[in-house]
Amino acid sequence: MATMARSFLQAISKDEVVAPPLRVVQIEGLAVLKIIKHCKEFAPTLVTGQLLGLDVGSVLEVTNCFPFPVRDDDEEIEADGANYQLEMMRCLREVNVDNNTVGWYQSTVLGSYQTVELIETFMNYQENIKRCVCIIYDPSKADLGVLALKALKLSDSFMELYRAGNFTGEKLREKNFSWMDIFEEIPIKVSNSALVSAFMTELETDAPVSQGDYDRLHSSTTPFLENNMEFLIKCMDDLSMEQQKFQYYYRNLSRQQAQQQAWLQKRRTENMGRRSAGEEALPEEDPSNPIFKPIPEPSRLESFLITNQVSNFCGQINGVAGQNFSRLYLTKALHDN
Amino acid sequence: MAATAANEHTVLQFAAPSSATTTPILTARIHPLVIFNVCDCFVRRPDSAERVIGTLLGSILPDGTVDIRNSYAVPHNESSDQVAVDIDYHHNMLASHLKVNPKEIIVGWYSTGLGVNGGSALIHDFYAREVTNPIHLTVDTGFTNGVGAIKAFVSSNLSLGDRQLAAQFQEVPVDLRMVEAERVGYDVLKATAVDKLPNDMEGMELTMERLLTLINDVYKYVDSVVEGRTPPDTNIGRFIADAVASLPKLPPQVFDNLVNDSLQDQLLLLYLSSITRTQLSLAEKLNTAAQML
Repeated sequence: MATMARSFLQAISKDEVVAPPLRVVQIEGLAVLKIIKHCKEFAPTLVTGQLLGLDVGSVLEVTNCFPFPVRDDDEEIEADGANYQLEMMRCLREVNVDNNTVGWYQSTVLGSYQTVELIETFMNYQENIKRCVCIIYDPSKADLGVLALKALKLSDSFMELYRAGNFTGEKLREKNFSWMDIFEEIPIKVSNSALVSAFMTELETDAPVSQGDYDRLHSSTTPFLENNMEFLIKCMDDLSMEQQKFQYYYRNLSRQQAQQQAWLQKRRTENMGRRSAGEEALPEEDPSNPIFKPIPEPSRLESFLITNQVSNFCGQINGVAGQNFSRLYLTKALHDN
Repeated sequence: MAATAANEHTVLQFAAPSSATTTPILTARIHPLVIFNVCDCFVRRPDSAERVIGTLLGSILPDGTVDIRNSYAVPHNESSDQVAVDIDYHHNMLASHLKVNPKEIIVGWYSTGLGVNGGSALIHDFYAREVTNPIHLTVDTGFTNGVGAIKAFVSSNLSLGDRQLAAQFQEVPVDLRMVEAERVGYDVLKATAVDKLPNDMEGMELTMERLLTLINDVYKYVDSVVEGRTPPDTNIGRFIADAVASLPKLPPQVFDNLVNDSLQDQLLLLYLSSITRTQLSLAEKLNTAAQML
């Protein structure tokens, strides 16, 4: 309430109200369960869905969500997809569900979600909605007993850069922009209505150990780690390819520079010769000469994304290895006893 | 099950709820999402409505269990003798849901509030036209009797001779599959607000604490049985013996080797990932800091 009062004051005092930065994403348990169910059912296919909720001050509330049907054929289902969305939102409106789109969710496999498509979807959404968030869920981690839910947002500086459309080295150095600045992770809070929490309290089994515990104590994480390592290796390969592209570009650039210098030298000597002969000097630049054509610098976006992914995998491996340590020590202690 | 012709009295009979091809419904299995959905719809209902109804989606398994996986609310109007259900809405939502998951078909309907009344019978009739033998779920959101009761009913028609008398709702046992909710964590779903989702290590810590409590409990029990304080129960004793026997019988040397090998593998992986991280930061510095002109 306080934020609303303040923004009203601001509205009457200034012309523009600056939205406070997004600090927390508050999800309802219902939306969490729906996301989990949808992603798990269709694993390993990647699925997406829409998030509905409210944007209040520095908190983005997600109160409901609905899944998108899987698209087999992009051409004819374009209009179908839009129809489906409108239909769902209209129906949900009738039962008093907030039907503001606040973002979308998608499932991922082992955390490899940083792709160009993600950024493009973000930009699409951003044009229509002031603040949108993307929730990533990893169903493969649920087997390890971890709730892998993350809320992502593109950082503002990245959005400006993307709109400007170039990712050359100088621009990035200017802004002191590194690969970590592309995505911002926002902490998630889970909230439930009182009725739901009453039901859950009652339905909670009295067993001191739950299924989640069984999953966590399961010591065979090798397939997960193997897959992670595989993805990591592949990503490193991609990264080294990108590096090679850069090297190639730099080499070309320096070669072109040398050529330009040589040509310039030649021109200058020619001009001197001409001046001494009393003729007009030729211009020192010749835009039609192909060696003056500027070579486009490859965009760094890909390499940034790949770097992000690699760091993600590393983090995951770290986490799982840590868990494994505890498990191993536990088994050791049990055995000693 | 026809009435015997010789007898003067006609027998009150239950019509077989379905033909011989479909199996009778034995139990209902409910996923936690359905409960959440129902509660959410109830909280959001328009002020004039006393209760909420909606459709249940799921599948019927060949052994007679109904697996209820999803649900959506349907607007309806209810007065003392009339019930109006928004059928178009119902069909629209069904079509939309089927687009996402064509395997989830209508299996019945739900309503909040305890017990069934006349209106319910009418609505049940309507749903019976959509699917044979729909299941009716009541979720007591009012917590009458101090308990949030979740009951499932199947209806069968009571008829006297040729006349339909009433529909009888027979209760069907309900199996609440809370596996998914457990996975997410009851703490997260129970509280009205949770500030932070627990990450890997915290979850691990919690699990280990629970395991420790369990072991302590068993220890205390065994102690008290040995000292004669509690009467021994052979079943529990057998369970404990099984649990202890399930530890692999490896000589300590072999076991130590095993543990050490796994430890070394994990350390290797950690080392690799740290190296990769350093490589990344190096590469980034080289890429963006290199100045050509």
